Amino acid sequence: MSLILLIEQVLNGLQFGVMLFLMAAGLTLIFGVMGLINLAHGSLYMVGAFAAAAVAGWTGSFILALIGALAAAAAAGALVELLVIRRLYDRDHLDQVLATFALILIFSEGTRWLFGSFPLFLDVPAALAGPVMLPGGILYPLYRLVIIGVGLLVAAGLFLLIAKTRIGVRIRAGEADREMIAALGVDISKLYTIVFALGAALAGLAGALVGAIQSVQVGMGEPVLILAFVVIVIGGIGSIKGALVGSLLVGLTDTLGGVLLPPLFESFMQASSANSVGSAVASMSIYILMVGVLLFKPSGLFGGN
Amino acid sequence: MKLKSLIAAASIAALSAGMAYADAHGGKVKVGMITTLSGGGAGLGIDVRDGFLLAAKGNENLELVIEDDQRKPDIAVQLADKMIQSEKVDVMTGIIWSNLAMAVVPAVTAQGKFYLSPNAGPSALAGKGCSPLYFNVAWQNDAFYEAGGTWASENGIEKVFLMAPNYPAGTDGMTGFKSTFKGDVVGEIYTKLGQTDYAAEIAQIRASDADTVYFFLPGGMGISFMKQYAGSGVDKKVMGPAFSFDQGILAAIGDAALGVKNTSHWSKDLDNDANVKFVADFQAEYGRLPSLYAAQGYDTALLLESAMGKADVKDAAAFQAALEEADFASVRGDFAFAPNHHPIQDIYMREVVKEGDVVTNKVIGVAASDHQDVYGADCKM
Repeated sequence: MSLILLIEQVLNGLQFGVMLFLMAAGLTLIFGVMGLINLAHGSLYMVGAFAAAAVAGWTGSFILALIGALAAAAAAGALVELLVIRRLYDRDHLDQVLATFALILIFSEGTRWLFGSFPLFLDVPAALAGPVMLPGGILYPLYRLVIIGVGLLVAAGLFLLIAKTRIGVRIRAGEADREMIAALGVDISKLYTIVFALGAALAGLAGALVGAIQSVQVGMGEPVLILAFVVIVIGGIGSIKGALVGSLLVGLTDTLGGVLLPPLFESFMQASSANSVGSAVASMSIYILMVGVLLFKPSGLFGGN
Repeated sequence: MKLKSLIAAASIAALSAGMAYADAHGGKVKVGMITTLSGGGAGLGIDVRDGFLLAAKGNENLELVIEDDQRKPDIAVQLADKMIQSEKVDVMTGIIWSNLAMAVVPAVTAQGKFYLSPNAGPSALAGKGCSPLYFNVAWQNDAFYEAGGTWASENGIEKVFLMAPNYPAGTDGMTGFKSTFKGDVVGEIYTKLGQTDYAAEIAQIRASDADTVYFFLPGGMGISFMKQYAGSGVDKKVMGPAFSFDQGILAAIGDAALGVKNTSHWSKDLDNDANVKFVADFQAEYGRLPSLYAAQGYDTALLLESAMGKADVKDAAAFQAALEEADFASVRGDFAFAPNHHPIQDIYMREVVKEGDVVTNKVIGVAASDHQDVYGADCKM
């Protein structure tokens, strides 16, 4: 395997990881602050992608499409929090899982009802289409570089928000002791709605960004949701830093595993069986990573307690 | 005594109900359609259903019950039992996916009901598992791939890179392509089923010395791959079976699909009277272009109606003979059944083109004429 190919695959892994981070950040915030398992997070990703496709279809502008996706996902998140999730904070996790699973079904069928059963069209804007030449002669799609950039910007913004702003202080306080900050006069229910809408907006942004290079269709969020759960388990539940490190680890492991394992098995097996065994082990690689992390760090890499 | 008379009364009631049922059924055929109408693959089932309904429109002798299998084998099996036992259907149809067909079709034919497959064509049902009551109106699963391999060999393609999901239909398809392709296979990747990001695979394709990529990625997987491939700047030719380039999907891929070659038994521009009428009627009725699935649903209903005109469905042997004649004007042109009840038909090579603003397919040649599957030899009926 040539060095150029390897670097290209590392970039692919980074891009995948950054996209996972946008999903996992919201999921881990919601779990950390409110103690809520939100299976419907993947549906908010789908809402973002569909909103972006619809807005892009009407206006032809990708920027407006992204804004539309953020707004639609945040609005859907806030609405769901006010109507449904609010009643679940005091329930145990099984009730939360049941209710948010129901939300997945409602979102999926609702989206089909609105947009039909066929996948929608959402393309990369012309300005970002096509490949660019990186130093070292690597030809790489510009749009994927932009996703990496946007993801890292969002990560930096999120760290600043949590570390430096008043709302960030409240979020951290809410994670530590929710009764106490309520007693200190913080409007906890408003805080919860804001955090939920923020997480939803991040998921919607991920959906819109990825929708341009993938298929915008009903049910697109669930595979990503599973990976996002793996990420927050590896990173430590409730930790944004953990979500970032976990996302990049999962992204790189998944991409490089798929590329490097089949040739590795080929070095001591027959080519045809090495290919299928290698692909099979590669699809397990992130779960093996998760088991490995949990063996040594049972609460995840950056898990508090 | 009381119990005995109760049983007697009940059996008389059951008997008379049965007779009334038989009366009401004279000359009519009740069809049970189980297809995928929700979830990720719903577009395919909806097209089969709409094509079938279009052909059966206005036929008062044809009664149709439609159920959604949600692409789940267990649900399909339950629905089939319900349709046979409580709805008393005579003929069943509709299933899209091979794994669902394998779960449902043998049970349906074992209970003496006809099954007309509008899509799935697993090899087991064409060979050892064939049945006098099972007819496949679409294709045996390998057909498009074998024709693709033949076409590639005859058109100067020397080095291909193969890609498919790692599941039976994916590996079978690639085996079908390799069985007729005479050039070199320089790379082969089997991806996770449902994978949405193909950056890693595209990098490997770029690094290989293949001149053509041949892939089978149904539904959303194909949409993702084509969009990412177009953005990557790799300029190798692309080929595949029609499933990744059908009308329902092309709108979502857009210009990225232009120029791709794909094999199919049907195309909307096939020049025969039945097809011209079908395409026009379908657009008038539903306001969208038909897909190959819609064409298959339409042909299935035409086949059924042709048999209904010749025999009573209660006379299974006569009805089977009527179906075997395939005496209907298929939208694909010439169509006949092989002894294993699978099609003998031409497989065309299509190219994705733009007509005005619409991305669609155009026939550029015949990839395999009178194609017939290789499993028929194992079929004893």
